Amino acid sequence: MSDPILSAEDVHVEFEARRGGGRARAVDGVNLDIAPGEIVALVGESGCGKTTLARTLLGLERPTSGRVLHRGTPLAYTSKALKRFRRDVQLVLQDPSGSLNPRHTVYDAVAEGLRIHGDVPNERERVADALSRAGLRPPERLFLRFPHELSGGQRQRVVIAGALVLEPNVIVADEPVASLDASVRGEILALLLRLRDELGLAALVVTHDLGLAWNIADRVAVMYLGRIVETGPVEKILTAPEHPYTQALLSVLPDAPGSPVVLQGEPPDPTRIPSGCRFHLRCPVLASGAAATAGVDGACRGEDPGVLAGGTAVQAACHYARAVSSSTGQAAAARP
Amino acid sequence: MSLLEVDDLTVTYRTGGGDVPAVRGVSFALEAGQKLGLAGESGCGKSTMALALLRLLPKTARLTGEIRFDGEDILTMSWGRLRAVRWAGASIVFQGAMHSLNAVQRIGAQIAEPIRLHSKATEAEIRRKTGELLEHVGLPARRADAYPHELSGGQRQRVMIAMALACDPKLIVADEPTTALDVMIQAQILTLIESLVAEQDISLLMISHDLSVLADTCDRLAVMYAGRIVEEGPAAAVFGAARHPYGQALAAAFPRIGDPASRRRPQGLAGDPPDPAELPTGCAFHPRCPARLDHCDRVDPALWPTADDDRRAACVHVLPDEGLSLLTKEPA
Repeated sequence: MSDPILSAEDVHVEFEARRGGGRARAVDGVNLDIAPGEIVALVGESGCGKTTLARTLLGLERPTSGRVLHRGTPLAYTSKALKRFRRDVQLVLQDPSGSLNPRHTVYDAVAEGLRIHGDVPNERERVADALSRAGLRPPERLFLRFPHELSGGQRQRVVIAGALVLEPNVIVADEPVASLDASVRGEILALLLRLRDELGLAALVVTHDLGLAWNIADRVAVMYLGRIVETGPVEKILTAPEHPYTQALLSVLPDAPGSPVVLQGEPPDPTRIPSGCRFHLRCPVLASGAAATAGVDGACRGEDPGVLAGGTAVQAACHYARAVSSSTGQAAAARP
Repeated sequence: MSLLEVDDLTVTYRTGGGDVPAVRGVSFALEAGQKLGLAGESGCGKSTMALALLRLLPKTARLTGEIRFDGEDILTMSWGRLRAVRWAGASIVFQGAMHSLNAVQRIGAQIAEPIRLHSKATEAEIRRKTGELLEHVGLPARRADAYPHELSGGQRQRVMIAMALACDPKLIVADEPTTALDVMIQAQILTLIESLVAEQDISLLMISHDLSVLADTCDRLAVMYAGRIVEEGPAAAVFGAARHPYGQALAAAFPRIGDPASRRRPQGLAGDPPDPAELPTGCAFHPRCPARLDHCDRVDPALWPTADDDRRAACVHVLPDEGLSLLTKEPA
């Protein structure tokens, strides 16, 4: 992998919970690298910390410990440094109806970034260029429209154009198509792929939708309760996952082969992360006794499987998966 | 006789800007114990359809056609009779349990309300029944004392389902019952709905934008576009090999993980679903249709049986060779 353009290095983000509920470890140790031109999908259920991690990578949230690196340099949290950083790393929000000012025309919405950064020359040309790159052609026809005059797909394209106008190298998109109709979704995803191919734009796409990852991502990171529990190339992780959580997530998709593994209960609370493997209380492999047969049930309950490294390697934070993949049964049993 | 028969139903909203046709001639039947999925995108009229079934639409809506539930016509029914049919005959699980529950009333009291209105049960019996219903949907009976804000999204949806079951209905209409829930919670709720429907022999009309979820849960599927059913048939056949180009596009929008055909190839349709107030001429789908023919902007095909049995589609491509002359006639 070429040098990452944006990285998280052992990032922790904690929040003071409401009503004196202790501290919530929203992100509890994450390494993640995004290479130039790479599309990484960060998937997980609500409350797993994926949005907090994305906000931290954008400099919107300061890590409690660990750091965010932009082209190898730690992010400085001064307003001047952040402003420079955000020319290169842009955010695309979900729900375009909420993220566009209803009183701003399309032109103003897209030009806002340029004006903030004082890039006034060729404004009109650059706005037109960003709009047509986002698939809104001819752009001049949309300049004076207001958000309410546009369809949902068009609004999402305007939001993307607003991110593109500063010519960033990375976009961070939080559920970019969750509020769109199914038939429109594919077009927006195709746009993200095309921007990567044409401009070399890297993207971190935060989503709960594994199908979206299959559609566009090169790599996927699966998050559970503040940690990335499995990561690797999409083809590997989504067709032959090793972590029981990823396996369960894939098994409940409507057209998944085999019988669904429906995890009971709700994801546990980030103020009380279970000791040992954080997934062990809901883990079907531990419950079925398979972990005990492999001799790792003690580790599952008592030993943290650790924080996965960054980079592109296939990794799963699971004692059982590690035991099974080490060649023989004996070797598996001998592992602590 | 089918449990629910809808015949040429139209719903038109009267607005300041003129009449907006939301449902434009929908016919279908649902047999006792059967599960029918109604798929479509925003603005296609699917939620309007659901509300029309129990006459829950606002006064600005004008309905024509027939809705027969258990042999009785809902549209001409007296208010008293209609109130008896709601909850006890057919009940609705609405989307967004967040907003459908009363925030300042304990959930036990909310579940008890329809039972109290529809039966002569004593307070003790009602309390017992409420507890049973909660257990049935996977919540401990003591949660009856909880307020909605104390529950998670999945638990609130379970409460909605308990309410829908309270008066032992024959039909449950579930409008986007799992939208906005996480995949794992969605799987829990769908498993619950499926098992309840099977064990109590209830008919299910499930409405969703998610064709893949419907295909997995239901026996039959109907796909709506611009206020019409454009395709209808057995669930696996419609999801796996739709006849109508819109059905095909909608099915392709839900990629099958592991399928090389959809890897790095997101499928979508250019354009947006039409505004019901400004429908295109001819076939309402023609501006977005990848298989459009020259005359598609002039002819509006009816839902027609396809060559293989038990399926219908509203597209010139499924018509027999005599083709266009049949378009204005009803199928035999």
